[in-house]
Amino acid sequence: MNAETTATVPEPAAGGDVLLRVENLVKYFPVQSSAFFRRDREYVHAVDGVSLEVRQGQTLGLVGETGCGKSTLARCILRLYNITSGRITFDGRDISKLSARQMRPLRREMQMIFQDPYGSLNPRRRVGSIIGDPFAIHKTATGQERKRKVQEVMELVGLNPEHFNRFPAEFSGGQRQRIGVARALAFRPKLIVCDEPVSALDVSIQAQIINLLADLQSELGLTYLFIAHDLSVVRHVSNKVAVMYLGQVTELAPVDDLWAHPRHPYTDALLSAVPVPDPDKAGQRERIILAGDVPSPISPPSGCRFHPRCPKAAPTCVEKDPVLEPRLGDAADHLAACHFPVEDGEDISKSRPTISADERVIESGLLGSA
Amino acid sequence: MSTMWAATPSEQLMRMATRAAGRRRSATRRRLPLYIGLAMLVLAVAAAVLAPVLVSQSPTTIDVLHPLAPPLTPGHALGTDQFGRDVLARILYGARIDLAIAFGATIVTLVGGTIIGLVAGYLGGRIDSVLMRLVDLFFAFPFLVLIIAIVAMLGPSILNMFVAIWITSWVAYARIMRAQAVVAKRQQYVLAARALGYGRLRIMFRHILPNTASAVIIFSMVDAVGNIILAASLGFLGLGAQPPSPEWGTMISEGQNYLLTSWWLATMPGLAVVFVGIAFSLVGDGLADLLRTGER
Repeated sequence: MNAETTATVPEPAAGGDVLLRVENLVKYFPVQSSAFFRRDREYVHAVDGVSLEVRQGQTLGLVGETGCGKSTLARCILRLYNITSGRITFDGRDISKLSARQMRPLRREMQMIFQDPYGSLNPRRRVGSIIGDPFAIHKTATGQERKRKVQEVMELVGLNPEHFNRFPAEFSGGQRQRIGVARALAFRPKLIVCDEPVSALDVSIQAQIINLLADLQSELGLTYLFIAHDLSVVRHVSNKVAVMYLGQVTELAPVDDLWAHPRHPYTDALLSAVPVPDPDKAGQRERIILAGDVPSPISPPSGCRFHPRCPKAAPTCVEKDPVLEPRLGDAADHLAACHFPVEDGEDISKSRPTISADERVIESGLLGSA
Repeated sequence: MSTMWAATPSEQLMRMATRAAGRRRSATRRRLPLYIGLAMLVLAVAAAVLAPVLVSQSPTTIDVLHPLAPPLTPGHALGTDQFGRDVLARILYGARIDLAIAFGATIVTLVGGTIIGLVAGYLGGRIDSVLMRLVDLFFAFPFLVLIIAIVAMLGPSILNMFVAIWITSWVAYARIMRAQAVVAKRQQYVLAARALGYGRLRIMFRHILPNTASAVIIFSMVDAVGNIILAASLGFLGLGAQPPSPEWGTMISEGQNYLLTSWWLATMPGLAVVFVGIAFSLVGDGLADLLRTGER
């Protein structure tokens, strides 16, 4: 994670073509109720009206707490889950309603890197099969040709090509993640969804994998949707960042803009929690500590979903769902969903909500002390 | 730890070597039940196959002049039954029938139940509901009663006994396998396989099955014992193998009338059941250990 690799992240060529566009994506999961003949089923609102787009050759970072719907969004985009409603356009084609069979040729163009380098590799398949099976299934290469391609991609991700006959158990966590990257790269896809690709790894290994991803991007012109909960990682790799809270995007902005002028109090709070390596500076700044836990996604709060925890919450926030749009005269690509956006230089750790605790519409018992 | 630093390379090598040897020895010791069980099974199968070589008597030849001869009578190591038939010969030839049941009935239900459970667990939805309600239906009946009913309906014979076991015994495998498949399908490697566009069949049989088959395989060993006992029970009730064919359960059944005067008639085939039962149990135990410990 040094300054040099930051430079390898390609700058937007004044914004390439939009490769992936997600419009108003909704994914509800039915809750299994134990009651036998209950007809009114409850739903987990995992992703609730997300819109975003990723341009060719760029990286969109996606951050948010555990359980905010990041991974669900990723799996919906790859159509590993059927979506409840909304539209996904990939490379100019609406893929939101394609069947598994129709999706198959598109699988070569969109791939995924998983979080857990242990769970994501079948322990009983050799590395050569893990990376090479896709060629066989899509009938793109056979025999020696296939072996050559496997070794080529292994070399590309920094694995010893001689090791294609080994089992995943014979590799370390970082090497396993390289196998995962190689598997995703085998077809040279246009889009790679990275679902927390480094959060299960050692910090020193994290840097290796991130730099590998950055190098591959500049070499192969890849487009990433990069999911993480580590903000410094996201800042390092992304061109734009979307902040998610409870199934919705609360703020979407170019990375430097977001760090310089966070508009949503949630973004502000997240950024204030990033550790600063300088102890003097770390002592000076105010950390914003949010009250309570993330409310239940089964019955999310009314209005702005963040209002039960927001230091700036006001009656409007309970009543009206804020629109994701430019606030406080920001550029058109800096969007925030907040009725009372944070001004530059404002310290919201001093703010107090103008509504009392019992006005906050949340599930009872979920508002703990921070 | 401090002594580790002081050790010379050769000492370290020695230490590593002894540790490796210890590990090897303990691995052998851990697998001892498996080896013993396998040896016992091989012995049982060999006895069944080589029955004509091992004993000269036919299992069905009646010798009215020497009925109920006690064990260790010259020419009849385990004595004779009420018709003067050699008990040892009957046990050895009987092994053919009982082992055929242990393997034949079990393998069919293992394969069938596993596939059904895998499909139900992986595909889920309506297919899963229908199959699992069917399983519930079978579990709701007392197992033995169900089998007896089927055999009684089809008519008592060894083949019909097989059919009855095939119809009923797959349910346990289906339920075990379904539980495994439901867990496995949420694994990231399965998601990865789907993201790569692998077909359902390939995911089920190439990715999920190899990682989950250990549970049903281990259970099948227990089930094999159960099937021998079941066959013996049906034979005992007169619904399995029909006299004069030498099946262990039938022999026990016939021998019970003489239990007080000629104990060997029922006891000897009983011991044979116990022997094979222990063999399968040991193999099952050993396999459980083996499949649990290593990824390899």
